[in-house]
Amino acid sequence: MLAALIIVFREIFEAGIVVGIVMAVTRTVAGRGWWVASGVVSGVLGASMVAVFTGALSAAFDGAGQELFNAAVLGLAAAMLVWHNVWMASHGRELATHVRAAGEAVAAGSRPLIGLTVVVAVAVLREGVEVVLFLYGIAAADGGSNLALLAGGFAGLVLGTLVCLLTYLGMLRIPGRYLFGTTSLLLAFLAAGMAAQATAFLEQANAVTALDAIVWDSSWILPDRNLVGRALHTLVGYSDRPTAMELVVYATTLATIFMLMRWFGGQKASPRRAAPG
Amino acid sequence: MHAQEFARFVAAASIAAAVLLPPGGALAQQAVSLPLAVKNHRFEPAEIHAPANRPIVLAIRNLDAAAIEFESVSLRVEKVIAANGQGVINLRPLQPGRYNFFDDFHQETQGTLVVR
Repeated sequence: MLAALIIVFREIFEAGIVVGIVMAVTRTVAGRGWWVASGVVSGVLGASMVAVFTGALSAAFDGAGQELFNAAVLGLAAAMLVWHNVWMASHGRELATHVRAAGEAVAAGSRPLIGLTVVVAVAVLREGVEVVLFLYGIAAADGGSNLALLAGGFAGLVLGTLVCLLTYLGMLRIPGRYLFGTTSLLLAFLAAGMAAQATAFLEQANAVTALDAIVWDSSWILPDRNLVGRALHTLVGYSDRPTAMELVVYATTLATIFMLMRWFGGQKASPRRAAPG
Repeated sequence: MHAQEFARFVAAASIAAAVLLPPGGALAQQAVSLPLAVKNHRFEPAEIHAPANRPIVLAIRNLDAAAIEFESVSLRVEKVIAANGQGVINLRPLQPGRYNFFDDFHQETQGTLVVR
């Protein structure tokens, strides 16, 4: 039972962090619950579908279907995050004035949330596939301990949801006037991490072979498999043995986001940030 | 985002993608193909051998009724293989050594890749 709990919790963990962040980012947007919920629901439905077709997906593209699929959805999510950040930068100026005037809800209500819905869906989908396959495996296998295992799996789900809630509540503690800058930064790193992870899948699929030397090995001090490592992996894309290509993609994504934000955000962007309320 | 802004964004994104995406190069060396099966939550064989500095292709058949997640920390691989399904894993040329792998869904299922 404990094994089932740990496996399910570990898979849900990363999705929980992403959903918690998106909820905090959109906390003032009217009807955001609907957007986040539809992301979660599409993610779960998508995960179930992918789980059913795992065999076919694996066989596609000479056995690299699963990796290419993961790379594609991660790339999509990263692109959506970039788009959201750039949109916020270009419209942030008028929003910021309203934030001070406590009219944030009205101003921010017009934000296009479909991008973040896709991000939530992708996070839930990726982690969900493994949970569905694992739980289905338990349910399908014979043996008397099924119920205990399923209970463990369910407890893992509950714990994962708790992570989501804690992330959300933690972010709400950030004072309002820093929140915009903090979330932009957080989403930028999230996007860069996803792009690097997509690259890792492309490398695994042998679709990308250039610059494949491992640059450093920090697995002895902070393995990316333990809880702290996983949290950092999700938040900033930490990897304990990144290849040169992953680092290049990571840095390029970050640079691209900040360049685009500056480009669309206009010249006023930086001095405004420095001025306290 | 207005249409014009969106067009600029798309243009910038495409340039970034064109610069970023490297050409997918074919591996110069012939890969070594290694068959591996999972049956009754055991890897068969539990120890496989491969030459060093050659690309390796692991062809895994899952003969059990439950899905597995083939995983290796040292090989940096994670892959779900459906019940009664098959999976292919591409590995880069490796240094000599012992590389452990396991089924993340059933952690008692362990195996080793010996490279020399």
